[in-house]
Amino acid sequence: MVHPRETEIDALETAQQPDKLKRVVIEPLTRVEGHGKVTLLLDDDNHVKQARLHIVEFRGFEKFIQGRPYWELPVIVQRLCGICPVSHHLAAAKATDQLIGVKSLTPTAEKVRRLMHLGQVLQSHALHFFHLSSPDLLFGYDDAVAHRNIVGVLADYPEVATQGVMLRKFGQEVIRITSGKRIHGTGAVPGGVNKSLGSEERDYLLADIDQVIEWGEAAVALTKRLFMQDLDHNRNFALIDTNMLSLGREDGAMDLYHGGLRLKDASGKIVIDNLDYLGYGEHIHEQVKSWSYMKFPFVTGLGPEHGSYRVGPLARVNNCDFIDTPLAEAARVEFRALVEGGLVQSTLAYHWARMVELLYCAEGIRDLLHDPDLMGSELRLRGEMQHTGIGVLEAPRGTLFHHYEIDDDGLVTRANLIVSTTNNNSAMNQSIRRVALDQLDGRELTEPLLNSIEVAIRAYDPCLSCATHALGKMPLEVELVDESGEVLDRLFRNSQGVVGVC
Amino acid sequence: MSVDHKPALLLGYGNPARGDDGLGPALLEMIEEDRRQGRAPDSFNTLTDYQLQIEHVLDMQKRQLVVFIDASVSAAAPFDYSRLEPCRDNSYTSHAMSPAALLTVYEQVCGEPLPDAYLLGISAYQFDLGSSITARAYKHLGQARDFVRELLFQYV
Repeated sequence: MVHPRETEIDALETAQQPDKLKRVVIEPLTRVEGHGKVTLLLDDDNHVKQARLHIVEFRGFEKFIQGRPYWELPVIVQRLCGICPVSHHLAAAKATDQLIGVKSLTPTAEKVRRLMHLGQVLQSHALHFFHLSSPDLLFGYDDAVAHRNIVGVLADYPEVATQGVMLRKFGQEVIRITSGKRIHGTGAVPGGVNKSLGSEERDYLLADIDQVIEWGEAAVALTKRLFMQDLDHNRNFALIDTNMLSLGREDGAMDLYHGGLRLKDASGKIVIDNLDYLGYGEHIHEQVKSWSYMKFPFVTGLGPEHGSYRVGPLARVNNCDFIDTPLAEAARVEFRALVEGGLVQSTLAYHWARMVELLYCAEGIRDLLHDPDLMGSELRLRGEMQHTGIGVLEAPRGTLFHHYEIDDDGLVTRANLIVSTTNNNSAMNQSIRRVALDQLDGRELTEPLLNSIEVAIRAYDPCLSCATHALGKMPLEVELVDESGEVLDRLFRNSQGVVGVC
Repeated sequence: MSVDHKPALLLGYGNPARGDDGLGPALLEMIEEDRRQGRAPDSFNTLTDYQLQIEHVLDMQKRQLVVFIDASVSAAAPFDYSRLEPCRDNSYTSHAMSPAALLTVYEQVCGEPLPDAYLLGISAYQFDLGSSITARAYKHLGQARDFVRELLFQYV
């Protein structure tokens, strides 16, 4: 049954008479391309009639990659994103494994890659929570009582910023040791890896791992406390009911590197399970909408109206049956207890789920470091060349698809990527519509209310294909335009956080 | 300069695969070449990355001078050079960080006095994936290189 609120949310995708409405634009201009923009159409009484999130995704990638030899792919795709290059590196490496006919790697190669991947997810999650999301949960409210409560919680965690940096640093060290470099690493190659770990490298990482796990436990405890501190708000803020998609191990365990696709519907029922991702093209299509540069993926069996889904930490922690490391598993059980029987659908629960995964990564790194296969010498395999390669993994922000076609000379003829943020496109749009309905409808426009929309977007940590970052752009601009197109008002927040009126 | 301090740090960031976005890393390559040829002093460190990130505060520790070098769409040609002060970030994505925000993290995390921090923003124009540095930006790059060399000699 469709909840009445859902109908209201969906109705905000397209207004019936948009030309008769005022337009509000929230445009964070931090990027030359890949910037996000929110447009709100309001009627004369400031009732929201339409809400849309626009994100410009990769441009020119196919052209950039076409004609390149397949073996360059794991290296060159790192240039797509300055934040998650390792995810692209490994997804491309998995695709090139298939291109050279390798169906499974040596134990050493697979474990080195898994270690690299866990290091990447750990450092990405640490950055997002400790230096981006926690301010939302700690300071992001307009409500004085909530703010006071949250500051009280923070007082118990004075070391949050330092831990964030040290966790990032540890994750970077895992990446450096497994890929050979701090950035632009070449660790994963078609059919395997080009290095394993030496005992000194293993011991170097082991020296800090217990501390990292301890910080991970503290991070989970902090996010839980923050969430429970203002439960009603956090549970309902930007709340939407969606399907959830993720990779997972065959036995139902969380697995970020490899596995089959699982889709649960909004009620928690498994709709697709253990689907070989090589067949993703038959099950996932991308809908084009005239108003958005970014496509809207959906599960074909459910159709475009009901087949959209969420990916990322919230989906993964909801979808898996268990986590095979003890502390993270205990944290998962506590997290899932938020909702009896169904899925945790609260958008702000992304932050909590993200820290459950951070703890899982820390424990997983420890377990791998104790595995002697990491120091093995069988690094690469080779098979019979194929023309198609598809690599899928769970990047920090969600499921990431890399699909390449090559010709007989090994040159790329076609490339298709579905990145995590594209997978979350529908959900992010629904979330801002929910915020618009709950917080903007019928009120005057204010900066804190508009900030709520950013809080909803930030929960997903969207990737903005922002391997560019040139200075000199304003991060936030709001325009109020009347039905004739005249700008009535403009609000901006510059890079120093100053809000002003032009 | 105190013997306890590390050399000045030049932190050039940007994506070399995106045209003028790679100006920062390109300048570091030039300065490193100058050092090899004896045209720049020996006592400085360089660090390059796609983006600024919080862990870069650890690279800034125990230094008296840090110069951030970036492409800029707002700098007057050929480049701007300005002193930085800490300022908290207000981004809605973890995909970028400003030098000023990094200084704020430094204050939070390192518990020691901030180094003198400056931003060298080189005027930039074009950022498409797969493109090269534009001819105009390349001219600015040469001027920025002369400026940085002089700066390093003065610092020493």
